[in-house]
Amino acid sequence: MDNRTNIEHLGEKGEVTGVRPGSEVSHHPEKPQTRNVVVRSEEEREEAIINRPKPKNVTPLASQKLTPKDIPVFEDTPERKAKLELRRKRHIKRRIRDWGIFTGYLTPSFAGVLVFFFLPLLLLLKTSFQKSPTNSDFVGLRNYVRVLTNDAFIDASVNTLTFALISVPLAVVLALFIALLLNTGLPGKSLFRSFLLNPMMVPVASVVLIWQVFFSYNGVINGIAAQISEAAVKIDWLKSSYAQVVIMLLFLWKNLGYNMVLFLAALNSIPHEILESAAMDGAGPVKRFFKIKLHYLSPTIFFVGIMSLINSFKIFREVYLLTGDYPYDNLYMLQHFMNNSFTHLDYSKLSAGAIVMCIVMIIIVGGLFFAESKFDSDVEE
Amino acid sequence: MDEFKRIERRKQATLARRHIYTETKNPETFITSLSDEAREAFFESEKKRIERNLKRRKITKGIITGFGVFAAVLISALALVPIFFTFLNSFMSSEEIVSNYQVVFQSMSGHASQGATYMSRIPVLKLIPEEVTIKQYTTLLFMNPEYLFKYWNSIILTLPIVGGQMVVACLASYSFARYRRKRREVLFFSYIILMLMPFQVTLVPNYMIAENLGILDTIWAIILPGIFSTFAIFLLTKYMRQIPSGYIEAATLDGASEWQIFTNIALPLCKNAIFALTILLFIDYWNMVEQPLVLLTDTAKQPLSVFLSQINEPELGIAFAASSVYMIPPLLIFFWGEDYLVEGISRSGIK
Repeated sequence: MDNRTNIEHLGEKGEVTGVRPGSEVSHHPEKPQTRNVVVRSEEEREEAIINRPKPKNVTPLASQKLTPKDIPVFEDTPERKAKLELRRKRHIKRRIRDWGIFTGYLTPSFAGVLVFFFLPLLLLLKTSFQKSPTNSDFVGLRNYVRVLTNDAFIDASVNTLTFALISVPLAVVLALFIALLLNTGLPGKSLFRSFLLNPMMVPVASVVLIWQVFFSYNGVINGIAAQISEAAVKIDWLKSSYAQVVIMLLFLWKNLGYNMVLFLAALNSIPHEILESAAMDGAGPVKRFFKIKLHYLSPTIFFVGIMSLINSFKIFREVYLLTGDYPYDNLYMLQHFMNNSFTHLDYSKLSAGAIVMCIVMIIIVGGLFFAESKFDSDVEE
Repeated sequence: MDEFKRIERRKQATLARRHIYTETKNPETFITSLSDEAREAFFESEKKRIERNLKRRKITKGIITGFGVFAAVLISALALVPIFFTFLNSFMSSEEIVSNYQVVFQSMSGHASQGATYMSRIPVLKLIPEEVTIKQYTTLLFMNPEYLFKYWNSIILTLPIVGGQMVVACLASYSFARYRRKRREVLFFSYIILMLMPFQVTLVPNYMIAENLGILDTIWAIILPGIFSTFAIFLLTKYMRQIPSGYIEAATLDGASEWQIFTNIALPLCKNAIFALTILLFIDYWNMVEQPLVLLTDTAKQPLSVFLSQINEPELGIAFAASSVYMIPPLLIFFWGEDYLVEGISRSGIK
């Protein structure tokens, strides 16, 4: 309660009574402006302050009961009709104008996307049901059956999926770990950050050479292993079942920096007060991480997961540069399959394969988005 | 009754507020119950205990930070090693490189040993060259026009794509950020899906449309789909939707047209994101391998990234220099715009 309020003059203030200062009601008959100076004792004044009348019915209409009569009824006069018509027209015009403006901004992109992505995808769909691009006989699902029973396609998709399933969680967890490490108040944090971001900026083609030096049969890794112990078995890293490990290392080397920056930003945006109060209540670092930080990080984890998934499908680049057109069996990625099919000019098979992949991608991404929205609603509650 | 209580309480509160500074009591506590000497001794012991605890905590914290720094140094060393190697090895003389690394590539290509040249049995990993020369660079830049042509190819492919895509993306994402009705959102979602599509899916349509338009085997087959790629639109829209609507409303009230709002409010506020995206796009397209491989069958038009992987034994000496030259532009851009990049990336991840 604010006891500075001047109770004597409550009624005079327009905003308290809810009457506009300019309106007729507010023109009070002129009151004597002199304050009635009554000398009162302290006790009395306190009493007056404490027992002052509460400002009731501040808005004049609040106390009155509304009857149906008070609600204005608009007559259906032609003038009013015309007015409404005009208003509606203006509204439509404005909406059209808005739509036009923003569609204008979108047009270049939409036209390009239509020509270079949407239409070709439709074309692709059509081709996938044809015998060949030139021979437009409808063959039903035969192309799909051909693709799905193709050993190379199955191998390639299994390899790509295994790679994604192993490397994406690794990329997320390791990046989170590094971000937590850097967030503990290390000296030179920004320096480490830019060191770790560096690999992202280096073209793969430039470092392929050094990776070959490290991982080939007579390479450095094997050399070091041989020097440490005589019994070490020489492993041909790129041409054995370890090949995927090498590629995963390359993938992590390249993507950890980006993921880490995302996590660092998310960690910094966690409200400090909550962490501090948790620490005051005796929550240790582990508990604080699992109960608070993880909660706030969940959207970022989702985003990082999607970005890593996209990047994991781009891994063909590294594999191709390291090992060429026909790599070791478990490095044979979907893109290899596509590239090699291009050289055979088997378009109908190719387009069926692309459509299959497209559907799988939509299912994966849709599932992820669905999971995220569900998770998000949990978080909000 | 309640009313009466309320009034009573309020009275008390008012009085308490008034006398808060005057009415202080001396509460009987543990400290006051001690005698003077005992109190002194108690304070001394407490001081010592706190000091000891602080020291211990400082030491443990130091150890933990030490471990953290060690781990961070280790990780960043792992991250930097390949880059440093490539750079430093590019200053070696050709003979040194061949003698160091030929054994590696011999096993790969399956050649028999070539006799006269001296070779070590295991590859020698050297950071510092025996003699520093820039001979590799001079041979690369002045004797081998092929490299320069490929380099020029890379530039001529990358720059138009990055520029074009940024212009298109700015316009489109402004539209997506400002006009949010149902159909537009559906379109935006389809853009996202398009962005998530791997090359495996989009390359076939690209090839088909290039064939239909008759631009196959020209650089336009790569540039045009690149310009209309939706990656930048997704991130930029996310960024633009964070602009407070009050700014735009204020501008509208002051009579700004949409174009003025776009150029004077939306673009300057998104400056960081635009720089960051430019860097990301540049590195992405500077790096590209898939598209040229499929869409450009003419090797003379292919960029350096594809060419670098096909370097064979006789050119081994030059390869390190070529790799270094190839990674200089992205690295320079990175050093110039690191803050923008970090800011742009971080803002894109937070909802």
